[in-house]
Amino acid sequence: MAHDTAHESNSKRIWTVFIILSAITLVEVILGIIKPDFLVHTYFISLKLLNWIFIILTIWKAYYITWAFMHMEGETKGLRRSVVWTAGFLIVYLVFILLTEGDYVHEVMNRGHVAWDF
Amino acid sequence: MEATVTRTGTEGKTWGGGNEPLRVSYGKMMMWFFILSDALTFSGFLASYGFARYKFSNSWPIADEVFNHFPFLHGVDAPMYYVALMTFILIFSSVTMVLAVDAGHQMKKAKVTLYMLLTIIGGLIFLGSQAWEWKNFITGTYGAIQTEGGNILQVVDDEGHRVAIADFVTSTPKERLQHERSNGLWFVDEPTIPAYDVQDVINSFEANSGLLIRTQELTERGEKVVLTRQESLAKLKDEATGVIEGANLVSNEYGNPLFADFFFFITGFHGFHVFTGVLINIIIFFNVLLGTYERRGSYEMVEKVGLYWHFVDLVWVFVFTFFYLV
Repeated sequence: MAHDTAHESNSKRIWTVFIILSAITLVEVILGIIKPDFLVHTYFISLKLLNWIFIILTIWKAYYITWAFMHMEGETKGLRRSVVWTAGFLIVYLVFILLTEGDYVHEVMNRGHVAWDF
Repeated sequence: MEATVTRTGTEGKTWGGGNEPLRVSYGKMMMWFFILSDALTFSGFLASYGFARYKFSNSWPIADEVFNHFPFLHGVDAPMYYVALMTFILIFSSVTMVLAVDAGHQMKKAKVTLYMLLTIIGGLIFLGSQAWEWKNFITGTYGAIQTEGGNILQVVDDEGHRVAIADFVTSTPKERLQHERSNGLWFVDEPTIPAYDVQDVINSFEANSGLLIRTQELTERGEKVVLTRQESLAKLKDEATGVIEGANLVSNEYGNPLFADFFFFITGFHGFHVFTGVLINIIIFFNVLLGTYERRGSYEMVEKVGLYWHFVDLVWVFVFTFFYLV
C-alpha cells in the first residue's frame, strides 16, 4: 500500500461521500419523476437537456465511487492513468461509433427505404 | 503486500525484479486491470443498448410505464421508486464495504467482521429486489397484441389509461390443446397458450366501444400514439396475429423485443456480478472470522474484494441511468 504511512480513520470522508452520492441520486430520481417540460423539450447536440443532466450526474457519482471508495486518489499517477484513461478513451470511442451508426440506421428506416411496420 | 521475490543476484538493477513502480501489490493491480476489462464489457452492453435505442428512437418503450411496481402497492403507479430504493441499498452496502476496508487498515477485526456482514446482507437484499423486479417484468401487467410485423399493440380506454387484456376479453371454448411432452412429440413442448386467442380479443374489443389501440410509435412530445376507434379496429383486423402477456427473449408486451433482451442481459449480467461478489464477500468474511488476515498482518484481501464490490456498485449507477432514467 502506498498510503500506509498513516492509519487514522477515513470514516468522516466516507460518510461525506455517502451523503453526496445519496443527494445526487435523490436529485436524479426527483428529476426523473417530475421531468420538467423545459428540460425534456430542449435539445443540446441532439440529446435532451434532461439526459445530459442525468449523464453528467452519473459521471460525477462514478468519480466519487472510484476516487473515494476505490481509493483511486491514493494510487500512483501511473496506475490511475492506465485504468481511467484506457477505459475513458475506449468507451467514448465505442459510444460515439455505435450511437452514430444507430442514428443512421434509424434514418434509413424512418425514410421508408426499409419497412419495419407492416 | 510482499509478493514472492526470487533472488536473482540482480537486485537493485532496473530489471532485477522486486520493483513496484505502481506501488501496489500484484494482486491489487491485477484486480484493477480485471475491473478495467470488465468495465469495457459492460460498456459494450450499454453502448449496444444505446445503438438499439437510437435505431428505434421513435418507438422505444417508456421505462416509467414498465417499471412502476412497488412492494405492497398494488395497482399504484410508482415509477422509479423501487429502483431508486435498490440504488440506495447498493450504495449503502458500498459504504459498509469501504468502512470494512478502513477498519482493516487499523487492524480492528471485530469492526471488519461487522461491516463485512452488513455488506453481505446489503448484497443479498439487492439480489432479492432484482429477482422481484424480474418477476414483475416477466409476468407483465396488461398484456398486448402482437402484429405481423413483430410489433405490439396495447389497449387503452378513452382517457388514455392502460387496460389489461384479461379485463375485457371473454374467451370462447377452444379445441386447441396445450402441446406437452406427454401428448405429442416427446422432445418438443411449447409455451403456455393464453386463455384467449386473437379472435377472442378482436371480438371483445369490438364489443367494448370505449377501447382504443395504442401503438409503439412515439409522438414529438414523447408520448405513445393512440389511434381513433376506426383506426384501432382496422389495425386489429389487419395485423393482429397473437397475444403476448409478460416478457421473454422473443417478444414482450412492452414493445420492441430488444428492450426485454437488453434488460435481461444487462441487469442479469450485473446481477451475476452481485451474486459472485456476495459469494467472494462470504469467503472473505469467514477468513476474517478465522483470523487469517490477523495472522497475515494485513487486511489487503478485504481491500481487493472491496474494489470488486465498489465496481459492481459503479456499474449499477450506469445501468440505473441508462435503463431507468434516460
